Amino acid sequence: MTSTTATPDLSEEFAEKSGIIPKIQSTLHKYPYLSPLFVLIVAMIVFTMLNERFILATNLSLMTQQTVIVGTLAIAQTLIILTAGIDLSIGAIMVFGQMMMANLVVTSEVSNVAGYGWPAALAIVAGVLIAVVAGGVNGFLIVRFELPPFIVTLGTLSIFTALSLIFFKARTIQGPEMPDAMTWMGTTFKIGPFTVMTGVLVMLAMYGIFAYILRNTAWGTHIYAVGDDPDAAELSGINTGRVLFSVYCVAGLIIGIAAWITIGRVGSASPNVAPNINLDSITAVVIGGTSLFGGRGTMIGTLLGALIVVVFQNGLALAGYDQAPRVLAVGVLVIAAVALDQWIRKVQG
Amino acid sequence: MSTMPAILSGRGLVKRFGKVVGLNGADIDLFPGEVLAVIGDNGAGKSTLIKCFSGAHAPDTGTMEVAGQDVLFRSTHEARLAGIETVFQTLAVSPALDIAENLYLGREILKEGFLGTAFRMLDRKRMRAEAGQHLQDLGIGTIQNISQAVETLSGGQRQAVAVARAAAFGSKVIILDEPTAALGVRESARVLQLIHDLRERGMPVILISHNMPQVFEVADRIHVQRLGKRAAVITPSTHNMNDAVAIMTGALTVEEADQALGPVRTPVVS
Ligand SMILES: Nc1ncnc2c1ncn2[C@@H]1O[C@H](COP(=O)(O)OP(=O)(O)O)[C@@H](O)[C@H]1O
Ligand SMILES: [Mg+2]
Repeated sequence: MTSTTATPDLSEEFAEKSGIIPKIQSTLHKYPYLSPLFVLIVAMIVFTMLNERFILATNLSLMTQQTVIVGTLAIAQTLIILTAGIDLSIGAIMVFGQMMMANLVVTSEVSNVAGYGWPAALAIVAGVLIAVVAGGVNGFLIVRFELPPFIVTLGTLSIFTALSLIFFKARTIQGPEMPDAMTWMGTTFKIGPFTVMTGVLVMLAMYGIFAYILRNTAWGTHIYAVGDDPDAAELSGINTGRVLFSVYCVAGLIIGIAAWITIGRVGSASPNVAPNINLDSITAVVIGGTSLFGGRGTMIGTLLGALIVVVFQNGLALAGYDQAPRVLAVGVLVIAAVALDQWIRKVQG
Repeated sequence: MSTMPAILSGRGLVKRFGKVVGLNGADIDLFPGEVLAVIGDNGAGKSTLIKCFSGAHAPDTGTMEVAGQDVLFRSTHEARLAGIETVFQTLAVSPALDIAENLYLGREILKEGFLGTAFRMLDRKRMRAEAGQHLQDLGIGTIQNISQAVETLSGGQRQAVAVARAAAFGSKVIILDEPTAALGVRESARVLQLIHDLRERGMPVILISHNMPQVFEVADRIHVQRLGKRAAVITPSTHNMNDAVAIMTGALTVEEADQALGPVRTPVVS
């Protein structure tokens, strides 16, 4: 073989690697949602064998409803983790948004709080907007002062929680105190044997939209690029600060919609709803095959991750296990998912 | 011939990083159609010099001209708009993205009409097709899978992607910062061949390299950088590799009259 060739030809070097293990590795690398899909299917088969009530339409319907809050918030968390960030304030922003919506909409005649008696549509928009602003604050602090997202959102977790308490006290506002539109996300209807909640459909639509955006827009590509290697992205002419800021704002939008969904799902607006939701949303993203190092992951994976957490909780409960082993199982899943991610990332030529 | 204007030039460029002096009044000229090699010791300011023209950082003082216009780039995006493409020493490819996405990173082809302007929706089909065409034009079109993630490629393949990106989009100047440093003999030869091809097409190229035989094979003129300044400009026909090393280390100084400060190559008109 001569050291110079007349025309450069790299084709042979681009040949596929062979062998079964590298094949699995590179397939998982290309389709990171395959492993959570596999886990979900196996888990559903096992739980059905342990208790056939698991696979009943009523239980499947229930599980989609148990997924809806963490599932919607995990969309926001996915966008942020794809940029190699993390958002610990997701739950606090969500609570702030829903308390804002509920307090704006009620009147003192029907409720134990002062209330503002705004029309429901306006109150919902205001609650979503405040979540966008809150996300924007996170983004601004991260971009402008180059602070680590972990620290910024650890701080705003406390700040937004405190703001909720200061402005809206610790009072729960019940569904019946509010106009129907506030709990519309929690309304259900029948499709065959299944009971479908409106909020679940909204969540699924959002997964579809954001999966499409990530895949088919310049913004989506830039999110991956920024999470992958911010210096390379910057040198490639991408305004990385603007991408990051926009991601935190869009995350705020999703969190705001999740706030509305949560009021419907829970049937009230309460400051104590879903206390573990920050970590649960991260759990769903990680189990779904998205890398905490950024730049790799999919929306469909996160949806599967959120479903896996619920399926394990629900299935183990039906199989007669109590809380402790259920929590243990989720912990094992998280570590297994991260270990798998590390292994998959070793694919290199 | 000495009146032919430079396509790219810098005068008295100074760049400090805190107390470290990256550039200490450096000059540079690149003439149409030539390959200008830039050599020098580690830390001589080669990368810093070209990064001023790539938009990666702005000089503290000094003037820069591209195609007769005064320029000062505040971002790589601005430099690209001016027709300058750079393959950075650190490559600046995004490993998780595929080959086509990397070629178009930061300048994606958008769908025509509303979807493109309002939602910045990608025209993925055109990106794939045109990326394939660019690679074809560069003689590396046999790459099978344009939708293969760059992190699954070897160092040489990644380099090929980065060079292809620069070659595909550079309209005025292409800058390569140590493109063969991490490559084997065979892969280096291919990149060198690409530089030859660019030169044949009349594209001005700045090549930073430590590989002396390579530099002397491909360069029209050789800019020797030393201590943040241009120490001399020589040609492969007037000086040899030992001279070049001697200038790099300061053991040899060359009279201005013996240097090749003006153009030496009549560019091909294409
Ligand atoms: N971003 C930076 N921050 C601080 N110092 C830098 C930076 N870039 C380059 N330098 C310093 O400037 C000098 C010139 O570096 P460089 O241009 O990379 O040299 P070369 O490419 O010739 O090896 C070196 O002393 C280097 O340490
Ligand atoms: Mg360098």
